[in-house]
Amino acid sequence: MSTTAEQLHDHHHEHPKGVLAWITRWLTTTNHKDIGTLYLWFSFLMFFIGGFMAMIIRAELFQPGLQVVDPMFFNSMTTMHALMMIFGAVMPAFVGLANWMLPMMIGAPDMALPRLNNWSFWILPFAFAMLLSTLFMEGGGPAAGWTMYAPLVLQTGDAFPFLIFSVHLMGISSVMGAINIIATVLNMRAPGMTLLRMPLFVWTWLITAYLLIAVMPVLAGAVTMLLTDKFFGTSFFNPAGGGDPVMYQHIFWFFGHPEVYILILPAFGIVSQIIPTFARKRLFGYASMVYATASIAFLSFIVWAHHMFTVGMPLAGELFFMFATMLIAVPTGVKIFNWVATMWKGAMTFETPMLFALSFVVLFSIGGFSGLMLAITPADFQYHDTYFVVAHFHYVLVPGAIFAITAAVYYWLPKWTGHMYNEFLGKVHFWASMIFMNLTFFPMHFVGLAGMPRRIPDYAVQFADFNWVSSIGAFGFGISQLLFLFIVIKTVRGGKKATSQVWEGAHGLEWTVPSPAPHHTFSTPPDVNLMHKEAHS
Amino acid sequence: MTEMNTVPAPANNRLVAKLLLVVLAMFGFGYALVPLYDIICDITGLNGKTGQVSAAEVVGPDESRTVTVKFVATVNNAAPWEFLPNDVTMKVHPGGIYTTSYRARNKTGRSLVGQATPSVSPREASLYFNKTECFCFTKQEFEPHEDRDMPVKFVVDRDLPSHIESLVLSYTFFDITDSSGKS
Repeated sequence: MSTTAEQLHDHHHEHPKGVLAWITRWLTTTNHKDIGTLYLWFSFLMFFIGGFMAMIIRAELFQPGLQVVDPMFFNSMTTMHALMMIFGAVMPAFVGLANWMLPMMIGAPDMALPRLNNWSFWILPFAFAMLLSTLFMEGGGPAAGWTMYAPLVLQTGDAFPFLIFSVHLMGISSVMGAINIIATVLNMRAPGMTLLRMPLFVWTWLITAYLLIAVMPVLAGAVTMLLTDKFFGTSFFNPAGGGDPVMYQHIFWFFGHPEVYILILPAFGIVSQIIPTFARKRLFGYASMVYATASIAFLSFIVWAHHMFTVGMPLAGELFFMFATMLIAVPTGVKIFNWVATMWKGAMTFETPMLFALSFVVLFSIGGFSGLMLAITPADFQYHDTYFVVAHFHYVLVPGAIFAITAAVYYWLPKWTGHMYNEFLGKVHFWASMIFMNLTFFPMHFVGLAGMPRRIPDYAVQFADFNWVSSIGAFGFGISQLLFLFIVIKTVRGGKKATSQVWEGAHGLEWTVPSPAPHHTFSTPPDVNLMHKEAHS
Repeated sequence: MTEMNTVPAPANNRLVAKLLLVVLAMFGFGYALVPLYDIICDITGLNGKTGQVSAAEVVGPDESRTVTVKFVATVNNAAPWEFLPNDVTMKVHPGGIYTTSYRARNKTGRSLVGQATPSVSPREASLYFNKTECFCFTKQEFEPHEDRDMPVKFVVDRDLPSHIESLVLSYTFFDITDSSGKS
């Protein structure tokens, strides 16, 4: 592989003209920055498609009764919204950020396996084209929830095999991406870039990549069992043949719980990069951050059944999963306190990335606390499958994963494009997102506690006011993201020239290369030992 | 670009091979969860499944104790059967062998194949409920409009925890005509 990376890169130096040449360039590119860009634009597109589905959901829930769509289509909207956002928006956005930033952060010329990298991206458009096409099929799109519980999901119409194969493709893509990231981080670091000198974003991604290769194959197995149950007469989840539908839930959540950490650990890494920059202090408790991330990853494998407390588990099982789940609050708390301690007595400024990172810390903590409430087994029997759960996971995913990704885009956009974004518009985007996001999801706590069930297009009239507020918040949040798209396009096309360091308090290898980052960086490895000595002298 | 700090191919290849092995192993692990789940359920009685054929050693009934057994029947997905227990409840002594039966009637003019799956509630009791003979052990073939009784022979173990005074035996009847190879 030592020479191939070099050969593959050379023909990209001159950018050929013409539409066909342009398409060929992007189809065949093996450059980590190109592929990072592809991933990011792709995830942005999926974010808007998934977001549009959320608008349909909120339009239907604007008032009690059935007004906008029929219930079957409503269910397929909740299902597809989740699949698009999880596998289409958040995961590819993190992989895109990893592609762009990891090699630059560890002083490598590219990812370790550039051709695999190209392939893992180009699988995705096919996977999602297939998934979206199911909406036009006989029997409608998948509507059994993104968790695809048997036996309900087996009633899906023609969409069923397409759903399964698209999940397979997404799995293959993320596993290849993860292998590439592990190989890059373990084999391609510049001399002197020891493991415990790596930026936190690199660390959290390394751990996330291990989670991905451990659990995506389990999901692939679970959906393959669904496929053979439906078409080949096996009875994994069919009691008539000796199977058990509850077993599906165990296998799914064995994947599903580590999956939620796949969606948040890279966000922890991003916030750990941004807060020190704008607090103008070194990250407090670097080593404890690394160990906390690793503990969270380990614990994520032994808490899955807290998603299914109500299936009828022995008391000992309920207690074990309750306490193990609560234990996760300890390393997560370590992280929150480290971020706060980093800001303590720092010379803070509040540019857009910092605003998003700060709101991440506050709002993610709210989501964490409602998670603790859900972890209490006896209380969970009341909360299970209500809007309280919806409020909880949207608080960890929207101001958690999405805000972190948004912060990362504002933070690194000057490095990618060479232009500063418009700070005023960025702040407008932040405050609009922040206010509308809370308007959307905070009332869901109340309707959930009062017993409003999730995944149902109609509701009792006493929930009408809060749902009205939620829907207005959701429309506002949706429109605010169009402003984000506008800001990004505007910054790509022009703007104030960015310096190499971009931010006054920014440290790390990615800030030593010019802005915009040239097509090839660190073809000659930087001397990290020297930089490290300077930083400490 | 003469001095690229890429690693020699063997190092990458070895790492990728190891990681692929992990991926394969985890795919296998997903499937290994299936027998693992059955074993855990067997040990704990977690999903209410009773043991299959049981050659219960008969020590004789414990006359000093009476347990109520209730019988429940359900037809899955409105399959075209009428399915009812002939006894709704029975008073039994732990250790004694008892026989009851369920009645099923094919409501259609077609031949049907059914399969019953048992479940015992409370879960804890399922470990102490043994069937020596049951129509649920095999699939049941029905001629058009056939109506017949299907026997169950069972023993409630003498070791049944003393706080359990009654238990429910529930059967769900599934239509497996399509998957059993009969038309």
